[in-house]
Amino acid sequence: MTPLVLFYIAGAFALGGAVGVVGTRNVVHAALFLLVALMGVAGIYLLLFAEFLALVQVLLYGGAIIIVVLFALMLTRLQEFSSGVMENKQWPIAALVSLGAFILISVAVARSQGGAITDRAGPGVLLLGESLFTQWAIPFEVASVLLLVALIGAIVIARSGEGEP
Amino acid sequence: MITLVHVQVLSAGLFCIGLYGVLARRNAVLVLLAIELMLNAVNVNLVGIAAFVDHSKFLGQIIAVFVITVAAAEVGLALAIILRLYRNKGTTNVDQLNLMKW
Repeated sequence: MTPLVLFYIAGAFALGGAVGVVGTRNVVHAALFLLVALMGVAGIYLLLFAEFLALVQVLLYGGAIIIVVLFALMLTRLQEFSSGVMENKQWPIAALVSLGAFILISVAVARSQGGAITDRAGPGVLLLGESLFTQWAIPFEVASVLLLVALIGAIVIARSGEGEP
Repeated sequence: MITLVHVQVLSAGLFCIGLYGVLARRNAVLVLLAIELMLNAVNVNLVGIAAFVDHSKFLGQIIAVFVITVAAAEVGLALAIILRLYRNKGTTNVDQLNLMKW
């Protein structure tokens, strides 16, 4: 199969999953649809020569974030959403705004000059790792500290305080 | 042959679906999922342009790595805040969480 056919398949997974996320009434199904969308995006990363990012996408989103989201859904009450509508009153405006933004971006993109993405050879992951740990070492460390601080903050926020249930 | 326009239109589609989810959903966790969609749309755009412009520098891919890191931190913090709100307010409906609304 040509890359374009594979791109269309992965894109269909991504867009279909995305529509499922915003369209379904069941919140657990929404999280699972997000998994479908993210795996489609991982396929697109593979087609765009970003093998490392595709692996990170599968590991981090598929393995970690979806599980955490499912835990959060199980710890909060779902009954109040099970019967009623899932959208608020402003959903027609929201649909209009999103559609308008999509048309605007698509027209702008179609008028720009975007050529074909050509094939390339060479060890992608190797060069990416070298670049990440030499040229981008300090931003990388800052990002890891950010992640640590955010997770400690999450624990502090989610933990019940003294005397609270 | 995949062109840059394909990638950018796909990215715009993902972003706008996510935008609709953020604006229209009532459950705070579902709003968070839609934000994840928008962040992934940005990453698709970055990776696509990185593949189109220059194969050797990996600038777009490295920024995408950082975006994924920030997204993971954001999900952890946001879910903790949602759990806390649920414990204090008894709801995750964003229409009722108008404590800071003027």
